[in-house]
Amino acid sequence: MYRYDEYDSTLVAERARQFRGQVARRLSGELTEEQFRPLRLMNGLYLQLHAYMLRIAIPYGTLSSRQLRKLAEIARRYDKGYGHFTTRQNLQFNWPRLADVPAILDELATVQMHAIQTSGNCIRNVTADQFAGAAADEVEDPRVYSEIIRQWSTLHPEFSFLPRKFKIAVTGAESDRAAVQVHDIGLRLRRNGDGEVGFEVLVGGGLGRTPVIGKTIREFLPKPHLLSYLEAILRTYNMLGRRDNLFKARIKILVNATGVDKFRDLVEEEWSHIRDGALTLPEAEIARIRAHFAPPPYEELTGDPPEHAAARRRDPDFALWARTNVVAHKRPGYAIATISLKPTGGVPGDVTAEQMEAVAALADRYSFGEIRVTHEQNLVLAHVRQADLHALWQALRQQGLATGNAGLISDIICCPGLDYCNLANARSIPVAQRISQRFADLERQHDIGALKIKISGCINACGHHHVGHIGILGVDKHGEEFYQVTLGGSADDSAAIGKIVGPAFSAGDIVAAVETIVETYLAQRRAGETFNATLARVGLAPFKEKLYAAD
Amino acid sequence: MKARIVTANRLSDGAVVYLDAAGDWVDSIVEAGVAEDGETAEALLAVATTAEQALRVVGPYLTDVAVEDGRPRPLGTREIIRAAGPTVAGAAIREGDERDDAKEASAA
Repeated sequence: MYRYDEYDSTLVAERARQFRGQVARRLSGELTEEQFRPLRLMNGLYLQLHAYMLRIAIPYGTLSSRQLRKLAEIARRYDKGYGHFTTRQNLQFNWPRLADVPAILDELATVQMHAIQTSGNCIRNVTADQFAGAAADEVEDPRVYSEIIRQWSTLHPEFSFLPRKFKIAVTGAESDRAAVQVHDIGLRLRRNGDGEVGFEVLVGGGLGRTPVIGKTIREFLPKPHLLSYLEAILRTYNMLGRRDNLFKARIKILVNATGVDKFRDLVEEEWSHIRDGALTLPEAEIARIRAHFAPPPYEELTGDPPEHAAARRRDPDFALWARTNVVAHKRPGYAIATISLKPTGGVPGDVTAEQMEAVAALADRYSFGEIRVTHEQNLVLAHVRQADLHALWQALRQQGLATGNAGLISDIICCPGLDYCNLANARSIPVAQRISQRFADLERQHDIGALKIKISGCINACGHHHVGHIGILGVDKHGEEFYQVTLGGSADDSAAIGKIVGPAFSAGDIVAAVETIVETYLAQRRAGETFNATLARVGLAPFKEKLYAAD
Repeated sequence: MKARIVTANRLSDGAVVYLDAAGDWVDSIVEAGVAEDGETAEALLAVATTAEQALRVVGPYLTDVAVEDGRPRPLGTREIIRAAGPTVAGAAIREGDERDDAKEASAA
């Protein structure tokens, strides 16, 4: 993975030192809260409901075991012994003390981590496919380009005061696992007719108050032009994006207001001035970055070794886990393992310090010391020998990390909600916990099949509810928590925004409503039909009928 | 007019705090100073928003409470959760945390 050079290390150390000074001046009163607030946000430090919250950047979701151990240490020493993985592949600590944050940043700097640009009106963490560098269907490792974009966007002098936050995702496989269609800029690596690899460029996707599916403004962008083209898009946005209304300031609003064709023209016009200039990416530079993502020293193995098949036969629980949590690797004899952070009744995405340390050790033992964070709030060990899967699973079980529910109904995406977040209107975590408990039976979950439930505690949609097959949005109705349900959303290649099914449900009724939706699906589906396919075929009517029958 | 109290986040750790009658910040809502009329409420808020207080707390504001047996009780989901701490029954929250215990005691 990418290693900081002297420049990177200096930057991060300097930033930590600078923040130490800023904290001291806030505590002494030299800085007012109004002056301090934008400064602390530039270091990812929020003030939430009960405490500060520190959001630590995990570039494209890739962590070394050493970094994960450091996060565990910080959780123990400076927080309440746990952390929360987010839908942008970052980590949040919920209880840091203000005076400790400079020390936390110093600790992070020792393992080449920071909290820079995890908040504020700037370019945020550039996310990628969690199976990058391992997936069988990959064109190229997207993290190489996520890293290039990260370097370009870090403390970019022109883009530190954008109209609003800016989120970029890169996918390198035929199948989009990075939700590129709901990002401000989405990049897909693909081959053109000549077999050359380049980018499809999408803009103006996003969730939140006004969910939009991104639009392609360039079908094929050759690699050398990546940064100059992104610069042209950001300049266009920076110049024309609205600054008068917080809720209309994202690039999706601009693209919609301008029209995608006109927006493309504006970008191309800007680009004509800067293409082939200083931002051109020479192949040598791409190769230099790519070297940091060189494949690990794989062994020469035969695919599907007999011991793996034998373990599955012998141990039905293991077999069940492998069905959902293990996917094919591009190298024979290897596999990609998903570690579910959604135990029955658990808080989605939360991990204790002890669990972090266990995963770090397992990564060292079974996956070349590398861990990935998924935007669906799980972890991945991307290079596990098939022969080691059973031992890995047994070790995960010891830590409560072997829930075999990846992609199933209890693999819920859920924001922190009103239990933690200042912006929330309703709690989200208890709803996730209760749904998880209601559908605890794994056999039932398999019978239902792949089903993505996504829950947000407010319209900001950090839980990605718009793109859940079943989306749940917490709202405040006369001071009480209610839950609005959408159906048919999707964040993959057939991206779609879910449709509201009807009036919101009370906290007491929401879990039963979800069960009714699932039962309706099962009653309506044809053999092998996914939830969204059934919904597309039968429409919302059967669901509305069952949900609101008594009304 | 509903009874009101002043609440804020403590600067040092972001914890939820309440202004008591003596002008000090306390962890527990039951000890908060209650204003029964508009004038008292404004006076309470004024105490909380001095430059000196800005060294102790962030963002003080008035919020409605119910008063039972002379003790204030939070109103609305948000203030209930602010008073009690996160409601999630997650194994991740370490047991024995002093502040959580205090919050549980005050919410009881």
